[in-house]
Amino acid sequence: MTDTDWPLWEVFVRSRRGLSHTHAGSLHAPDAELALRNARDLYTRRGEGVSLWVVPSSAITASSPDEKDPFFEPAADKPYRHPTFYEIPEEVEHL
Amino acid sequence: MTADVPDAPTAALTPAALALGDDALVLSHRLGEWAGHAPVLEEEVALANIALDLLGQARILLSMAGDEDELAYLREERAFRNVQLVEQPNGDFAHTIARQLYFSAYQHLLYAALAAGDGPFAPLAAKAVKEVAYHRDHAEQWTLRLGDGTDVSHERMQRACDALWRYTGELFQPVQGLDADWAGMEAAWLETVGDVLRRATLTVPEGPRSGAWTAGAGRQGLHTEPFGRMLAEMQHLHRSHPGASW
Amino acid sequence: MATAAAHRTAGTRAHDAHDAHDRPDAVHDTAAYEQAFDAAVAADERIEPRDWMPDAYRATLVRQIAQHAHSEIVGMQPEANWITRAPSLRRKAILMAKVQDEAGHGLYLYSAAETLGVGRDELLDKLHSGRQKYSSIFNYPTLTWADVGAIGWLVDGAAITNQVPLCRCSYGPYARAMVRICKEESFHQRQGYELLLALSRGTPEQHAMAQDAVDRWWWPSLMMFGPPDDASQHSAQSMAWKIKRHSNDELRQRFVDICVPQAASLGLTLPDPDLKWNEERGHHDFGPIDWTEFWDVLKGNGPCNEQRLAQRRRAHEEGAWVRRAAAAHAAKHARGTTGPARTTGETGATRA
Repeated sequence: MTDTDWPLWEVFVRSRRGLSHTHAGSLHAPDAELALRNARDLYTRRGEGVSLWVVPSSAITASSPDEKDPFFEPAADKPYRHPTFYEIPEEVEHL
Repeated sequence: MTADVPDAPTAALTPAALALGDDALVLSHRLGEWAGHAPVLEEEVALANIALDLLGQARILLSMAGDEDELAYLREERAFRNVQLVEQPNGDFAHTIARQLYFSAYQHLLYAALAAGDGPFAPLAAKAVKEVAYHRDHAEQWTLRLGDGTDVSHERMQRACDALWRYTGELFQPVQGLDADWAGMEAAWLETVGDVLRRATLTVPEGPRSGAWTAGAGRQGLHTEPFGRMLAEMQHLHRSHPGASW
Repeated sequence: MATAAAHRTAGTRAHDAHDAHDRPDAVHDTAAYEQAFDAAVAADERIEPRDWMPDAYRATLVRQIAQHAHSEIVGMQPEANWITRAPSLRRKAILMAKVQDEAGHGLYLYSAAETLGVGRDELLDKLHSGRQKYSSIFNYPTLTWADVGAIGWLVDGAAITNQVPLCRCSYGPYARAMVRICKEESFHQRQGYELLLALSRGTPEQHAMAQDAVDRWWWPSLMMFGPPDDASQHSAQSMAWKIKRHSNDELRQRFVDICVPQAASLGLTLPDPDLKWNEERGHHDFGPIDWTEFWDVLKGNGPCNEQRLAQRRRAHEEGAWVRRAAAAHAAKHARGTTGPARTTGETGATRA
């Protein structure tokens, strides 16, 4: 990185109240305050958001695709976590 | 004062609408000149946002005084009522930021005052004051970074602040039809701008801000040399096709 | 959109794969990865940044996304050329917003490219030194106001025809960037059409201006789809990888068929005497494209190649002190940024 390079930030936008922040993309900024302002200008210029998060890309720890099986497959064979697993007589309502 | 007469005829609004409208129009034009030349892509987007806000304000204000395009494209230089600060060429990024800092701090104070009143400009000011708060913040953020960045940026920013200082006295000449505490605004402006400059490790300029040897007659239709060229470029196409619609 | 955060790990993965060649089980590993990759592409699943991918797939994407991003930012120039002369305030606002969008689209695309392990600075450097290209169309000049309309209608129209299928591209970040871009670009083409319509229905001088612009932009727009299929270097592999979904000629034909009736309703003609409806094919036939001109402009001999690159380089070089200042400021105040925000902006989002 040269002295004119700015670090990368990930941008998360809450599109409206009641929804969670969703990853929108990334941008470069020298610091958090400008990252937030750049994010506002870039990712919400058509009124796409009511709240923003910016996170230094270097601060994100991601799961690896190689760990996909140990991470996510065990959850696939626990159907009893889902409501459709249970048989309820048809006439029973509000359940 | 028109502020006390909500249904005043358009003619009574004209001087103020032109003063505010021309400020916004001319500054928007100058910022538009940055397109494709900004120091970093993110700043292309930021400068364009500010320019678009100002152009939107200009269109509403000029429409209060007449036809927006006739006013923008068919008036001669001497008929424009903007302050000389906004017509100053972009210079380097530091000059543009200094111009933004001085102007947006002033515009924010003025629009806040107008929004709080019940005059004819209150509805526009209420919307615009939010836009301008963002412009002021943008200028402040950059003033801090350039002032307190490298030796080079510090020197450039100081030079820009000094160079444009002489155009700031004019901002507080009362405008006919605008009910505002001009002296109070000027004091508040000096405090705000002074505070930003000090935090940016810059020196508050000491030169004159008004008087015979300083600039400051834009509101009377006296402008600086670069303004004529700016208008020539802006108006050329429109004037080449009299009566045409676009 | 792009998960650029993943680019470092993506880079690591690539190196792992290289190192793996030295290990006895390496061949087996790579083959298994390749099989998984091929299966995902075949099943129309998206490839994401940290997935294993063939080096050539990564290289192709970097080249294509970078070229696309460069085109957006160089493409600002011919239109920005008219911002200061726009003939009405309404048109001025539209044009400024459009040129701003192009900067934004460049940013989305650089952000997508960065998920593949290349930095924006590196890509800009390649643009500025001529090692990566941008779309040749932007090496043509905007000589009159009507050119702004012709760019919107024809150039953006061709770009959209090219880009819509990219929304289903196999690489996730690129596809997501394209979804966003296509959504935003729909106004670009419409404003161009509307601008030309106003000129076409205006004074005789305005009408002539519109016709002249269409005459100059028509053929270069057809060239935007790239060389004919039989001369296109990268097409076949890109189609197999589902980076590309339709051939150059297929998209070009689609574009011609769309434009012919639009030109008629504009009251303007397209400068091709051979242009006519072919009942049998169900498409319009059109005259031969001057590929010599295409290759010439691509090699750097277009009317504006020098000028466009020079302006890009100048903006970057003249902005260096600003970027350096902000970086220096951030380094000095590094601790301050993680604490409470020093200034409360209007957004109130600092503590989201």
